This record gives sequence, structure tokens and C-alpha cells, in this order.
Amino acid sequence: MNWKRAAIASLAAVPVIALFAWGFTKDPNNIPSPLPGRQAPDFSLPVFASGEAPMALPVGDTVHLAKLRGEVVVLNFWASWCLSCRDEHRTLSQFAKRYADKPVHFLGVLYNDRTPPAVDWIREMGGQEYPSVNDRDAHTAINYGLYGVPETYFIDGNGRVAFKQTGPVNDEVLTRVVDSLIAALPAGAKGAGVADSAAAGLTPSPKQAPKGAP
Amino acid sequence: MRPSIRMLLAAAVLATAGVAAPSVTAAQQAPAGTTAMAQTSTLSDSALAAQTAAVSSELRCPVCQGESIQDSPSELSAQMRDIVREQLRAGKTQAQVKAYFVSKYGEWILLDPVAHGFNLVLYAAPYVLLLAGLGVVVVAVRKWSGKQPDSAGP
Repeated sequence: MNWKRAAIASLAAVPVIALFAWGFTKDPNNIPSPLPGRQAPDFSLPVFASGEAPMALPVGDTVHLAKLRGEVVVLNFWASWCLSCRDEHRTLSQFAKRYADKPVHFLGVLYNDRTPPAVDWIREMGGQEYPSVNDRDAHTAINYGLYGVPETYFIDGNGRVAFKQTGPVNDEVLTRVVDSLIAALPAGAKGAGVADSAAAGLTPSPKQAPKGAP
Repeated sequence: MRPSIRMLLAAAVLATAGVAAPSVTAAQQAPAGTTAMAQTSTLSDSALAAQTAAVSSELRCPVCQGESIQDSPSELSAQMRDIVREQLRAGKTQAQVKAYFVSKYGEWILLDPVAHGFNLVLYAAPYVLLLAGLGVVVVAVRKWSGKQPDSAGP
């Protein structure tokens, strides 16, 4: 009779062990986002850090995502209090500089932070090639289903979220995703990158805000 | 269990708001229009707060461990509660507000999993285990009661 008991106990234990085995293969911090494949949530946010030429945008002006349609957009959510943002900053900034003449926009989005420490952080990190906008109430972050920073969203020429990177982004991911999205653009859009404000989805501010404090 | 208790509490608050409604309606009929308006505003605010609390109790805080945005003191949770309040004020139903967050974060954002697909295991497992436990008890009792006459016999 003992073999019967052992068989029943084993049968009862198998689904529990299988469930645990399946659970341990999952990273609890890596929660799949429903956004890839969907239209990127639109936003209009003020520039607080201009970036460097040719990607520089005037501080105080508003960036409208919808107006960047037709080109690739790399949206990087960051904060000065975020340690992992330090890890990716140099990679992201240098990559943006390398791709300055390509049809891709790089945009930093400040998340749950104040602009003075953020401006200081950029200075401390040796500058940032691309501009950054301020998401003061985090509504844009929540619209993108943000869990924390850094998170980077790659938006294709049709305005759809193509890929989301949770955590620091590296050069390999940037190259693979951005190149594939540029390659998917219509032939006419693959020319020179956009450097002027009008083409960069900008609304000039009525009065130029002081640098670093919109 | 915690979300259910929170839902009960939220329902109690809503019920309290509902009970208060007739007295405010009476106050609106009073000549002192300004006071009446203020009371109406207070009532709608309390109902809105109760509904916000009810929805927020069912949404998971993305930067916490197993905590709702209602219970979490995090900045992101506060901002999410603001969005819940704004959307309810704009006339969205509680289900529509939850659907908005699901569209952004996936079903993970709901503290109570939706009863479909693999999630059904979560809902069925307690009953299956209960039945299995009852089966074990029945078998054991039968066994014990069957053995008793033997041991009591000569």
C-alpha cells in the first residue's frame, strides 16, 4: 500500500513543483508592457535643458510628440536621483551625437524631479547632447506605464511604440532598435536629421524662460 | 483579503454619502443659496473621495511591493490617485478608470487578478484544495471507524 500513497503524494506535488519552477523562471521586476505595438501616448511638455547643437532646442519651448510623426523618437525617462540613469547617460548621449544627422529625435523626460538638480546633474555628467523636457505631474510617465527610471521608449515613424527598455539602455540595444526603425521609414524620411525648431514639433514659448528653470 | 476589506470600507463610505444626500437636498431648497451650494460641493467631494479610494484600493502601486496606490505613500501613487480623481470627476465610471490603467500597465496593475485564462487556477485552487482536504478527511474517518470494531473485539 505504501507505493500507492507515494504515487498519490507525488501526483499532488507535481503541479505545485511545476508552478514554482515556472515562477522562478520569471523576473518579478520585468513586467511586460502592453504599449509596444500601440500608438505612443501624445504629450506636450516644456524643454528645461536645451541639449547641444544640432539637437539643441530652446529652453521654455514646448515639444509636441505628435509633430515628430514621420521620424523615429527615442524617449528616455530619467531623474537626477536615479543611480542607474548615470550608467546609461554617457552611452545614450554619445549615441545621440553619432546619429545627429539621421532621422531620429532623442528626448529626455524628467520624472518626479525638480529642474535645478536636474540641470546640475547634466552639468556634472559632462552635458547632454539631446534636449530634456519636464513631466511635472508625471501624467506622461503614467500614460507610458512607467514603473521607474530609467526607461526608454522607441517610437517608430508611424507614432507607434516599437520597443520599451526597462533599466539602463546599452549601445547594442540602441543600435539594433534605432537602425531597424530608421530602415523601416519611407525612403523620403531617411534623409538628414531635423535640427530646426519648427520641424522638431516645437511651440515657441511666449517669453523665453530662464535657462534651467522653466 | 485586504482588497475585499478595503472595498467593504469604501462601500460603507459611499453608503454614508448616500444617506447624507436627502439633508443636502433639503438645504439646497433653503433661501441661503450660497450655503447650499457649498454643501452640495462638499457632498460631491466626499462621494468623489470615496470613489477615488475605492478605485485606488484596487490598483497596484508600481514602485511598491504588493501595496495599493491608496495605501502607498509614494509620489507615483499620489500622482496616480490624482489621475483616478480627475477621470472620475470627468464622468468616467470606475470600470473605465481601471481599464485606463490596465491599458497602460497591463492586468498586473489590478490587485485582484481578472478571472480568465491561467488566472482561473487562482480562483479554482482553494475550492479544489478544500474538496481534496474533505476527501482526505472522509477517507481517514472511514478508515478509523472501520478499524475500531477490530481493536475493540475479543
